[in-house]
Amino acid sequence: MENQATYNYKVVRQFAIMTVVWGIVGMLVGVVIAAQLAWPELNFGPYFHFGRLRALHTNGVIFAFGGSGLFATSYYVVQRTCNVRLISDKLAAFTFWGWQVVILSVVITYPLGITFNKEYAEMEWPIKILIAIVWVTYAVVFFGTIAKRKVKHIYVANWFYGGFILAVALLHIVNSAFIPVSLWKSYSVYAGAVDAMVQWWYGHNAVGFFLTAGFLGMMYYFVPKQAGRPIYSYRLSVVHFWALIFTYMWAGPHHLHYTALPDWTQSLGMIFSLILLAPSWGGMINGIMTLSGAWHKLRTDPILKFLITALSFYGMSTFEGPMMAIKTVNALSHYTDWTIGHVHSGALGWVAMITIGSTYYLIPRLFNREQMWSIKLIEAHFWIATLGTVLYIASMWIAGVTEGLMWRAVNPDGTLTYAFIDAVKATHPYYIIRFLGGVLFLSGMVLMLYNTLRTAASGSPVNAQIPAVPAHA
Amino acid sequence: MNDFYSSFWGVYITVIVIVSLIGLAFLLKSQSVVKVKKGEKVETLGHVWDGDLQEYNNPLPGWWVGLFVLTLVFAVGYLALYPGIAIGNLRNWSSAGQYKQETAQADAKYGPLYDQFLKMPIEQVAQNPQAQEIGKRLFLTYCLQCHGADARGAKGFPNLVHHDWMYGGTPDRIVQTISNGRHGQMPAFGAAFGEEKVRDVANYVLKISGNRFDDERAGRGEATFKQVCAACHGPDGHGNIDVGAPNLTHPSGVWLYGKSETTIIETVTNGRNNQMPAWKDFLGDAKVHVLAGYVYGLSHNAQNAQ
Repeated sequence: MENQATYNYKVVRQFAIMTVVWGIVGMLVGVVIAAQLAWPELNFGPYFHFGRLRALHTNGVIFAFGGSGLFATSYYVVQRTCNVRLISDKLAAFTFWGWQVVILSVVITYPLGITFNKEYAEMEWPIKILIAIVWVTYAVVFFGTIAKRKVKHIYVANWFYGGFILAVALLHIVNSAFIPVSLWKSYSVYAGAVDAMVQWWYGHNAVGFFLTAGFLGMMYYFVPKQAGRPIYSYRLSVVHFWALIFTYMWAGPHHLHYTALPDWTQSLGMIFSLILLAPSWGGMINGIMTLSGAWHKLRTDPILKFLITALSFYGMSTFEGPMMAIKTVNALSHYTDWTIGHVHSGALGWVAMITIGSTYYLIPRLFNREQMWSIKLIEAHFWIATLGTVLYIASMWIAGVTEGLMWRAVNPDGTLTYAFIDAVKATHPYYIIRFLGGVLFLSGMVLMLYNTLRTAASGSPVNAQIPAVPAHA
Repeated sequence: MNDFYSSFWGVYITVIVIVSLIGLAFLLKSQSVVKVKKGEKVETLGHVWDGDLQEYNNPLPGWWVGLFVLTLVFAVGYLALYPGIAIGNLRNWSSAGQYKQETAQADAKYGPLYDQFLKMPIEQVAQNPQAQEIGKRLFLTYCLQCHGADARGAKGFPNLVHHDWMYGGTPDRIVQTISNGRHGQMPAFGAAFGEEKVRDVANYVLKISGNRFDDERAGRGEATFKQVCAACHGPDGHGNIDVGAPNLTHPSGVWLYGKSETTIIETVTNGRNNQMPAWKDFLGDAKVHVLAGYVYGLSHNAQNAQ
């Protein structure tokens, strides 16, 4: 079966299974730290403390869960839309094992306090180097496969995957530039406001390329496949692709409004963040309008529900983002839980839901089955996940706006109306609701794992035959 | 754009920004070529991937193009009014300018309220209910991080409720402490004394502060104390408010770092270094005055007195 007449499904299968596993691990840590925020007594010792576990959660869900999902789907999509097997099984296998080693190293070193001072890039330098090697290998496999394609045109999903792979390589290497002082300690080569700007150039583009462009690649394959309809508009794909990948690069400074960052940088960050609204919505429109003529499928197909709900949350958070980048809005929202809510409407609503939907599409095909073991469980997962997401983001909106208003409230004598602790007390109930939302989302993932294991057990691993390319392609 | 040493960078950034905005508009225009008449059937582009993936050639939605253009127009307008490109901004705005302006407005609005207290002696401010209310709010904003909401301090942070003052508890002294801050330094004697001698001195300190001590060690430690420690803490250990040397015999029995033998040995061996920030420039004299009145009241007003 391992030959050039078939697609390499093995690496896809490995990554797809690990997507579900790491999803549960990353979200479990998320639920733990949500509980620690609501009930601080749950912070035990240095190794089980919020300060260390928080980075484990963010890295776990972004790079372990999201990353595995992106590897799995990009390897699947690039093969199927190019009508050719991955250029190298060995290199592909290296990316799988290399990525797992990266994740395990993170899981071990973060609780031990072995970290670098950059958000979403807290791993120390030996791990950073391994990431760079794995990522370059990923680029070789992906672009090598594109180069070998049997179909003349490159499908739109591959533009997004390609943009994501190139940009993440650039971001990781520039942002990680370090001076090592020992095997497990290094410092950033940048200093002061420049360091902060590089960090948020990286940080916001991690959102833009890792969490947006990559998952739009996923969307452009799995939405039309599951809906059985052509993509709504090729023109829209072209405009929003180029506008999106170009404009995202400018948006980082909105994380540093009203700081030591020069005024001109803040202004440019703000206006380009606003310009990002239309390119972002282009993706949502193209995805949702692809369903026109097949709306009825939404009633019966929970996978399509996941995909379309993901697009709705994508549209919502990409509207919210530019609004929060406006300096006057940011003056209220910055440093509050509104930001946390915004991130999770993107992370749970968009990234996780599109990944879950795509994985439900993939799993049966990788195990030679018609569909998942239980469609009812997918349906249950969908409603639990949606309810969890809504509880999470609604509670954080309320908490965030409450904090923002309390922090700025002033007495007639010019003093602050509330001490900091007053706002902490006021947000406590919403922290509990957020925790419940997280528990729901995590429970949905447990259903998914069970469904996946039952599907795998009742099917058998398969590498699909590569079909002949039709003459008109 | 005076953040740079060379005017080149201002020009560089301006050119990139303008080219980018024009480029985005051009990109939008380049794909706005398809028109579909009402009722006309939209075709796919004819490419097929993976069996059934196709693309329609639908035109860009008009409202979406409008939204895109609107954000570009907003960008141009904003850059004309606010800093962003080297050509300058019409409102001559800067964040530092906005801060100065808002601070001046607040000073004009609230200044008179605080100035009326500035004329009162601190003892009277401590008795004035309105000043106490305001002082408490100021304390809960600026002081509670170290001294705690109840002003009882924590390890390394002085308790302001009892009567033991490192730098003196008279009104003038409190104002001075808040205005200019304090930098307390106890030198390290570990190397000079050696372990045994440190332990002896520590036991003498335990003795004069009325705690349990080892008689033999305290006897040996007395000589060292009188010879070295007395320079700051005084021959009787009563301290010296001019250098912030604590009174080691105060009946309140509150110690900044703790009074166990182990802690005292640690203090003598490694010394201590501590800082209270200066608030004069940030708060101004009037607010410092109100705050000093509140702090004075904490230990002098009947309802707070220990």
